[in-house]
Amino acid sequence: MGDQTNDQTVLKQTPLHALHLSLNAKMVPFAGYDMPVQYPLGVMKEHLHTRAAAGLFDVSHMGQVIVRARSGSYADAALALEKLVPVDILGLKEGRQRYGFFTNENGGILDDLMITNRGDHLLVVVNAACKDDDVAYMKANLADCDVTLLEERALVALQGPRAEAVLAEFWPDVTGMKFMDVRDVTIHDVSCIVSRSGYSGEDGFEISIPADKAEHVAKALLEDPHCEAIGLGARDSLRLEAGLCLYGNDIDTNTSPIEASLEWAIQKVRRPGGARAGGYPGAERIEEDLANGPVRRRVGLKPEGKAPVRAHAGLFAEDSPESPIGEVTSGTFGPSIEGPVAMGYVPASLAEPGSRVFAEVRGKYLPLTVTALPFITPTYKR
Amino acid sequence: MLKFTAEHEWLKLEGDVATVGITTHAAEQLGDLVFVELPEVGTELTKDGNAATVESVKAASDVYAPLDGEVTEVNQAIVDDPSLVNSDPQGAAWFFKLKLKNPADADALLDESAYKDLIG
Repeated sequence: MGDQTNDQTVLKQTPLHALHLSLNAKMVPFAGYDMPVQYPLGVMKEHLHTRAAAGLFDVSHMGQVIVRARSGSYADAALALEKLVPVDILGLKEGRQRYGFFTNENGGILDDLMITNRGDHLLVVVNAACKDDDVAYMKANLADCDVTLLEERALVALQGPRAEAVLAEFWPDVTGMKFMDVRDVTIHDVSCIVSRSGYSGEDGFEISIPADKAEHVAKALLEDPHCEAIGLGARDSLRLEAGLCLYGNDIDTNTSPIEASLEWAIQKVRRPGGARAGGYPGAERIEEDLANGPVRRRVGLKPEGKAPVRAHAGLFAEDSPESPIGEVTSGTFGPSIEGPVAMGYVPASLAEPGSRVFAEVRGKYLPLTVTALPFITPTYKR
Repeated sequence: MLKFTAEHEWLKLEGDVATVGITTHAAEQLGDLVFVELPEVGTELTKDGNAATVESVKAASDVYAPLDGEVTEVNQAIVDDPSLVNSDPQGAAWFFKLKLKNPADADALLDESAYKDLIG
């Protein structure tokens, strides 16, 4: 997810906008859209409900993009995208999804994305704030491919331990799906694309729905007494407890994927010695970080006290302003942790769990412990 | 005597001491509070200066000093359990007591009906 914008004059609406208003959501501008930050339940209860039962999130502001090689071959589309994204896309099996990122010439991150093999084409999902740039970038750089932003589709995320049961009411075969599987599914007579994925740390699904049927499907899911509508506020605290990056905060054009501790996303085949090593922007820098270790690392930070430490708080080696070492990139109160949680960048020498650093909050230097991510134990169905 | 500010604080005045808290309307707007930081006893506060901080899951908000004065007492109960501010904002969840420098200044604050008009 991207940066907030305060431009209220030209806010776009998702296909579920009227539903949010009817549910009495508090609406805020986010990435150019008028989005629900919370419903009457409130951020705290929405968060806890998602971890205990099931939550439905509108993520229609994100970009759903089809990449299709003019040859009609999946391999041609995959190899074209591998020139922009340092992950194994050719080796992705049909009906499978994986995480990746566009890199720039300096090895920074232009955006992060989900990539699906849809048989004869790719379906990629990109961040709302970046989607226009991403589409232009792919159109300019994917040789012999057609790149199409799907304007007439909604996207909802159904997350939580009861998500499978909620979806099974409409499609019993959902139980056969594993984490990162993608299937064509008919829900309430509507053709949807369902992936078993999400951004909450919980088992769950993302469901792509034709825009004109989105409210119909969302309402049907919300009729389940275990399923509540959840806003962007809880989406942020859920993803932070799950140790997941927010583009524009935790990763951006100045952070390499290795600094961001995302090296797990770069498969062997794209690393030095692999069959399709390199060949993407910034490969030299990223390979150097892989070989020698990065200068700094994104880490989990657990404030030792009760005060939340928020994004942009300065980090220090000692409890004084003389030793700046980095910055907090995301921070909030974690309702499931029942205490504050944060992420940020620290020098490699302080990146080991158990290291102690300090954050400046309202003129005080508060101690934080470097902590392994995620803060919660994910329940993905592998 | 009960007074209010446009910054959504209430003051209960007894002689030259004001008990200060945030209004029910403010507590509703802030949502579930997870952290409260209060001034230290003995702190000299200046009207409209920072007096306390409250935080929800989403964000931190300042609570301003409604008048000039010295903090004589703080309510540790809301530090230990910030949710008290949501459940009883204009009762048990008072923030601090202020010995007013100029008690007459309180006359200029809003009365209950003026505050109700303000929040609509």
